Amino acid sequence: MAETSTDTPTVDDALALGLTRAEYKLVCQKQAGAPNQVELAMYSLLWSEHCAYKHSKKLLRTLPTEGPHVVMGPGENAGAVDVGGGLVCAFKVESHNHPSAVEPFQGAATGVGGILRDIFAIGARPIAVLDSLRFGEPGRARTPDPAAPGDPAALGDPGSRGTRSRYLLDGAVSGIGHYGNSIGVPTVGGEVYFEAPYESNCLVNAMALGLAQRERLVRSAAAGPGNVVILFGASTGRDGIGGASVLASAELGADDDESKRPTVQVGDPFEEKKLMECSLELLDRGLIVSLQDLGAAGLTSSASEMASKGEVGIDLDVANVPLREADMEPFEIMVSESQERMLCVVEPANVDAVLAICEKWEVGGAAIGTVTDSGRMRIRRDGALVGDMPVTALVDDCPLYDIAPSKPAEPIYPAPEPTAGVSSTSTPQETLLALLSSPNLSSRRALFEQYDSIVQSRTVRRPEQADAAVLALPDGSALAVSIDCNGRRVAADPYTGTVEAVLECAANLACVGAEPLGTTNNLNFGNPEKPHIAWQLSESVRGLGEACRALAAPIVGGNVSLYNEGATGPIYPTPVIGMVGRLPDVHRAGRIGFQRAGEQIALVGPFKPSLAASELAKLLGDALPDGLPAIDIHAVRAAQAVVRDAVCAGVLSSAHDIAEGGLAVAIAECCLAGGLGAEIELEEGFWETLQPAGAAAGVTPGPGFSSPATTALFGECPGGFVVSGAGEALQVLQAQAAGANVAMRVLGRVGEDVLNVVEAGAVAGTMITVSLPELADAHASLGELFP
Amino acid sequence: MKFGVLQFPGSCDEVDALNAARRVGDAELIWHGDRDLKGANAIVVPGGFSYGDYLRAGAIARFSPAMESVIAFARDGGLVLGICNGFQVLCEAQLLPGALLVNANLRFTSRQVQLEVLSAGGSFTRACALDERLSIPAKHSWGRYHADPETLAAMDGCGQIVLRYAPGENFNGSLHGIAGVCNQAGNVFGMMPHPEHAVDELIGGSSDGLKIFQSMRMTVEGVAV
Repeated sequence: MAETSTDTPTVDDALALGLTRAEYKLVCQKQAGAPNQVELAMYSLLWSEHCAYKHSKKLLRTLPTEGPHVVMGPGENAGAVDVGGGLVCAFKVESHNHPSAVEPFQGAATGVGGILRDIFAIGARPIAVLDSLRFGEPGRARTPDPAAPGDPAALGDPGSRGTRSRYLLDGAVSGIGHYGNSIGVPTVGGEVYFEAPYESNCLVNAMALGLAQRERLVRSAAAGPGNVVILFGASTGRDGIGGASVLASAELGADDDESKRPTVQVGDPFEEKKLMECSLELLDRGLIVSLQDLGAAGLTSSASEMASKGEVGIDLDVANVPLREADMEPFEIMVSESQERMLCVVEPANVDAVLAICEKWEVGGAAIGTVTDSGRMRIRRDGALVGDMPVTALVDDCPLYDIAPSKPAEPIYPAPEPTAGVSSTSTPQETLLALLSSPNLSSRRALFEQYDSIVQSRTVRRPEQADAAVLALPDGSALAVSIDCNGRRVAADPYTGTVEAVLECAANLACVGAEPLGTTNNLNFGNPEKPHIAWQLSESVRGLGEACRALAAPIVGGNVSLYNEGATGPIYPTPVIGMVGRLPDVHRAGRIGFQRAGEQIALVGPFKPSLAASELAKLLGDALPDGLPAIDIHAVRAAQAVVRDAVCAGVLSSAHDIAEGGLAVAIAECCLAGGLGAEIELEEGFWETLQPAGAAAGVTPGPGFSSPATTALFGECPGGFVVSGAGEALQVLQAQAAGANVAMRVLGRVGEDVLNVVEAGAVAGTMITVSLPELADAHASLGELFP
Repeated sequence: MKFGVLQFPGSCDEVDALNAARRVGDAELIWHGDRDLKGANAIVVPGGFSYGDYLRAGAIARFSPAMESVIAFARDGGLVLGICNGFQVLCEAQLLPGALLVNANLRFTSRQVQLEVLSAGGSFTRACALDERLSIPAKHSWGRYHADPETLAAMDGCGQIVLRYAPGENFNGSLHGIAGVCNQAGNVFGMMPHPEHAVDELIGGSSDGLKIFQSMRMTVEGVAV
């Protein structure tokens, strides 16, 4: 048994650290006695939800993880797919939700720092960041509308509504920009949604991509007893102590902003920039055996996982760890979450060379331990043993729990507050402008202009130019990447909503001409110990697996963030999907915007829109439906292939998938991105031909949705695309679509500076006629909240 | 013709500048700790966040050994281009007049901007026509150019105000819309927008930035305007 200078902790200490009584008993068995302070701290972290995935691991095992392009799958710091030319693309998405709710700037900044370390930990140079953000309604300071009974602005202080959400968004965007911009990695894309269930529990997910020569990839498994363990990067302080167990694995209470602030880490992008260059040079020179970053649970998690993967032991002496504060206890050193640190295993002959490279980059480096064949984690201070644990007990023996899914009998989420100025009697034009100016659909320019999207000179499509970000590769091909999830639709139907999120990413890739190579995901859910959350989680994972299998886009890595609940209930279930694809010719990357007046505009794909859980339904204050219309995944996939092939062949001038806000919003977005209008002439009976699926069994469209035109213009479903091109080009496309049994119809032509939608036939009439400046004004409304 | 591109800890756009320069000549990185400029005919001080921009943007980098050599090189008439953080470094080193203050909107802002060439025919604008418009991206937090009125008047008289944001493009609030200035001798030039990110239509949205590098080559090789 290890000696310890403090009293042996009790079961109450274990409970305070987040272990259950049963888990504590199991720890005592593994240790053949009560664990001391160091040991209990380490067990409590490694057996936390954040590190052990104890409520999700069984579900995650059902996901497809193999495919022809997969080079590195789940279990490493990041996944990797082959992109040709001897190169692999490493990528992963990770959450930093709880820290961002406490302190948005540093929470988001260190989230970016953490995901970047995951990428260069496997030997890849980070080339892009994307982010996925969720906040409560941003509101806006305005006076109540006397003409609108029940205007929410009349219900309280109009200036204070949304203040916190705006503060969180502002801080998170600044933090992401601060870190990504300073380190020289472009932020090329992302998404943000505003929904009331995120009010007390925001989501900040960050995804990063990296490039590496295939043979340069390094794994994290420690190997070679006698080899030296070197800690390099920033020194170790008391920041973030207990983050993994206290912050990440418990529900946030109302007063947590202040009381938990000391456990949020502070990021230093300059330190990370040096650390990144240093790590990549160490790998270039072949000086290290394995590499691992220090994230949640710090040295405890990184050293134990390196030992576990290599099936070896590690001896560490905390007296050798460079400290910010001299009087830190061994357990504090072991659990500190100080940022910008890496751990590597080095052959004894290379130690001096490694430390010399650290010195070159002005990065601290210290030999703190050795690899052993003992199979134990042994922690010493100045040679005296202060902790001694079997590696397998720490890393592998945390009990896994079966969740108990049960579909809730009653709706979990209250209906959204109706938005003033739009109702079921609004005209199509009023409805279009209301949708374009709504927080979820308005332009993200005010946000993405705070990010450097072009550094490293690969960015072929900047934000809002295409549905997916496009990054040039050296061989003339390109990577495409998209991140997406509509939590409201997942809340309405966890299985179908998750399938839709995967299909949406693939549709975005198709619009730039890319075929999926692999997928990453971040499962953001509430408390899985509650049956209804367990049901959301299990249904969502089922949809994720099924969609990724159908698209041959296996999961190569991901992250789970549970317990996203506050006093007002759980978040919408939010399985954020990140998908990476490749297109053969970078010069043919697709774009959203119409290019030439006079070209034809067509609708492609199995477009059967419904207003169930749509953006319009939300604006009208409709409760979530119980279920979404079923999807024919293979029909959607066929439509994506037709669009992708046409983009790759250089046939189309523009391609854009129909998502939130439906067909009318998609056309308006093509107008705005291209700076051109459109003349849309819908043939008589067009609405009926779309066979609105809202009446499907078990799906109840909201009140006031009797108009088939409203459903056709603003209804939502996966599978539809708006494309434009020269007349001959669209004839070619028509033939290809017909050959693939994919529906296509010409809707009109690209105009000059007005969007006109008219209905032909007996009930002929103009439905929408709005100038580009009016569209742009409506679309710019988010910017007004962030002057 | 050989460009030397400085590399500080925290530089971000040095490889972009290196590759842009290689479109018109040879180019090599120069480590901040080295005094040897490796026989370069022109120096590029690149963008990024040298030394994290801690203390003040460019304030630490100006004291690096490589910058000592660059200052001597500039005093001897050598061509020095500072881009973004490089512009800030050259101001801190007093090779250029004025200073860069925090953007008027107090935010990092990344945007393609239109620039007007006010002083064509100089060492860095030989390849441009007078009043020509250049489309070049800008991305920075501290880009609001400032100098006292006497300095500005003197600069204006000597043609030192080389680039200005076109009307409506001055997002950072620079005095007189100034985007790029040179020293009195005309051999040191700093600009906030990034010409190295506008050398390829596919990626930069334009290739107008190439003209800055081409001008430098013409100057070094003594090509008449």
